[in-house]
Amino acid sequence: MSTTQLETRNSKLETDLKDLAQDIVRRAMSGGATAAECVIREGDEFSTVVRLGQVETLKESGSKAVGLRVFYGKRAASTYSSDFSRAGIDRMLSSALELAKITSEDPYAGIPDQSQLGSLQGDLDLYFPDVYSLPGAERISYARRTEKAALDYDRRIKNSEGGSFDAATGHKILANSHGFVGEYRRSYCSIAAVPIAQTENGNMQRDYWFSVARSLGRLDSPEKVGTIAAQRTLRRLGARKVKTAQVPVVFDPMVASSILEHIFEGVNGDSVYRGASFLAGKLGEKIAGDSVNVIDDGTMPGGFGTSPFDGEGVPTRRTVVIENGVLKSYLLNSYSARKLGLQTTANASRGLAGTPGIGPGNYFLQPGTKTPQAIIAGIPQGLYVTEFLGHGANLVTGDYSRGASGLWISGGELAFPVEEITVAGNLKEIFFNISEIGNDLEFRGAVACPTIRIDGLTVGGE
Amino acid sequence: MDKNRFFFQHYGLNERDLERYLAAALSAGGDYADLYFEYLSSTSLMVDESMVKSASQGISAGCGVRVIAGERTGYAYTDDLSPERILHAAHTAALIASGPAKTPAVGFQEKPARSLYPVSLPSVDAEITAKVELVMRADSAARAYDPRIKEVRASYADELRHILVVASDGTFAEDSQPLARMNVSCIAKTDASSARGSSGGGGRVALDFFFGEKTPEYFANESARQAILQLDAREAPAGEMEVVLGPGWPGVLLHEAIGHGLEADFNRKQTSAFTGLIGKRVASEKCTVVDNGTMPWRRGSLNVDDEGQPTQNTMLIEKGILKGYLSDKLSARLMGVADTGNGRRESYEHIPMPRMTNTYMLAGDDDPQDIIHSVKRGVYAVNFGGGQVDITNGKFVFSASEAYLIEDGQITAPIKGATLIGNGPDVLTRVSMVGNDLKLDEGVGTCGKDGQAVPVGVGIPTIKIDRLTVGGTAKKDVGAFMQ
Repeated sequence: MSTTQLETRNSKLETDLKDLAQDIVRRAMSGGATAAECVIREGDEFSTVVRLGQVETLKESGSKAVGLRVFYGKRAASTYSSDFSRAGIDRMLSSALELAKITSEDPYAGIPDQSQLGSLQGDLDLYFPDVYSLPGAERISYARRTEKAALDYDRRIKNSEGGSFDAATGHKILANSHGFVGEYRRSYCSIAAVPIAQTENGNMQRDYWFSVARSLGRLDSPEKVGTIAAQRTLRRLGARKVKTAQVPVVFDPMVASSILEHIFEGVNGDSVYRGASFLAGKLGEKIAGDSVNVIDDGTMPGGFGTSPFDGEGVPTRRTVVIENGVLKSYLLNSYSARKLGLQTTANASRGLAGTPGIGPGNYFLQPGTKTPQAIIAGIPQGLYVTEFLGHGANLVTGDYSRGASGLWISGGELAFPVEEITVAGNLKEIFFNISEIGNDLEFRGAVACPTIRIDGLTVGGE
Repeated sequence: MDKNRFFFQHYGLNERDLERYLAAALSAGGDYADLYFEYLSSTSLMVDESMVKSASQGISAGCGVRVIAGERTGYAYTDDLSPERILHAAHTAALIASGPAKTPAVGFQEKPARSLYPVSLPSVDAEITAKVELVMRADSAARAYDPRIKEVRASYADELRHILVVASDGTFAEDSQPLARMNVSCIAKTDASSARGSSGGGGRVALDFFFGEKTPEYFANESARQAILQLDAREAPAGEMEVVLGPGWPGVLLHEAIGHGLEADFNRKQTSAFTGLIGKRVASEKCTVVDNGTMPWRRGSLNVDDEGQPTQNTMLIEKGILKGYLSDKLSARLMGVADTGNGRRESYEHIPMPRMTNTYMLAGDDDPQDIIHSVKRGVYAVNFGGGQVDITNGKFVFSASEAYLIEDGQITAPIKGATLIGNGPDVLTRVSMVGNDLKLDEGVGTCGKDGQAVPVGVGIPTIKIDRLTVGGTAKKDVGAFMQ
């Protein structure tokens, strides 16, 4: 099997896209807009899945698209297109200008002030061309090795959804009518294995593990990933239900991140100004235990949530969201900042179309000093959750109810696997009831959380 | 060949070009190749704080080329529909094979066209002012419902998706697929509490659907009603109990509990908890479940799937016995079963795989009132958010957004949303009563699998499940709690 040379993105094309974005902004302004913002995204992707040692899929392509947001005074509209021909761009421009005539005048609408715009300087370690440096056959080999390590680990692992290798690069350009022009590139690669284990009576369990990095050199070895995937899968064999109970619950880092995200959703400025968040109106109040410190930092070199500027062209920064349990800051874009009489925190998240939303930088709970094992050791009877099933958080009321699986804790040790249970409570209390925070903070994405113990939850079962 | 020919007209494509692209795809061998052209135009509007805050329109177009060699799939796509780029994609996809070139079948055979959504004026082409009227009416109606309704967000979105699928086996299929929906979500507030409600619907319909059948006022009132109801909802109970599901959207139970587990790709790979269960009992005798892509106007319906195959009304479970899986071309070939026309993909950037269309249980004979009266202590759930399933161990969840206690056969207090969890291969064996009131959902379902979202429908009559775990927080009045 031979490989393909991905087209080198030559510098002329780059200049062309930056020029194009600025040209689109200029044309929007001369078409009558009072403000305009253009975003262009282009990217490549490669992915392969190897199953039971054979290549199952091989996918490789590139794409680009452009989005435009225009304002007529306080009216706004947006359009997007994948068609970069002259006619396609013309159509995108005229649609935007037409569409802005039917929206309402919103006194808070607009792009950030000129003084707020800018871009972090220096290399943020976001782009490593080595993600595409492996020849095709070796990328396939990464996927195959990851799966093989899982399959070889134990004879009860007889099947697999496959091992995979993925790589992607992205290029983002933003230009607006205040003269801001910014761009940056990002790269990404990952390997994963999804093994399936089977008991003698035929019951199957599936789990997974993965490694993700911006540079090929920073990936964990395929053998390490496959081995952990196998161990996590085997750990689930023989899972049973347990009786309904109120017991301490420990959450492993992957599921703990999901709980931490509810704080992110709760401090999302767009939800706060509408009163659609259980944290609305609580700035300066205690909303969590003393040991809880939550940070959002878009500047960390190499971080999955790092960028030199946010979706509106405001330089990213480090924001303390919760300090010693006290809510210090919401996370905002320029619109929600104006609504709340505050300043943007540079968390605007811009897709191709529509108004900017709010996205995390690198968002995390600061670690404590205890190991996960020590946290578990302190629990006579409890639950260790390793996976959630479904969503079930009501951000307005704080009501929380999710399916879960994991391991029962007995006498300070992991005793047996459990499944088909639920974990329920209310977010208004949950963050006060974080009684232990582990020392195992690790970023596997933009949101990260160490192991945490939460008391006062109801485990629903038999 | 005449009629539609959107891509021929719009991009100057002709049959010779298509044959050339397919030949390029099979230039390194392979068993099958296809080209999937897609042109998607969409509009969306949102009202918040009684203002039309956002309006957006967009175009996305491209072509995906797939080559299958044995069990292997090569895939590449391009958003540039020039011959050079399509050929480049074809050669990239061809890398999956390694052998002498194969020849595509000579000539295309277009099957008789079905017409499940003959919309004369697609809503994407309708006047935008009419759409603005819809969302503004929804906003007014929701606010007028009750003074405790403080926040209303109403949205409207539509799209028109033109597709062309051609394949080396002679497949030639075109379709123009409209889709439209409205959504209203409300927040009700008192000094003591806040609550939310949400309602929406639509289908493969024209704009006049929202001016006639299901008006903005319908969705607004329903959303506001839910929010007001939830202000007084008490804690849901926790543990196993009898559960009655209302008709319509609670059919998401079927989608999660059995639907995904019956997709052929999982069963071919033997990773599904339903592997090897064809012919076995997986539900009570009262349960007959189908996946039907042929229903007119519905969100989950398609004239042809995304591989160009006509969709079907597929029997999944007949009187409790598992009859078949949902397949696509690859699964059909590798498993030696019929292709049920369930090969779908999110867009030209994605590889197709077996997906559901409209999945529902047929009506039974029981009176829904009798079903409620038969429950001593349980939960009656009529509205849900979404759900999820682990198809390997069979565990599934769906989260109730409107539910009530049943006490001594009577519906009593509303309870807060709770997640229900069960085991797919046996939950339907505990369906002891099936009502005569089958309803399909209003047209809001989106299914995610392997990172690909597709529109779907669900439906169910009122049913009683003898035992299901409810994930609430309230202690049951029997049984001790561990401390």
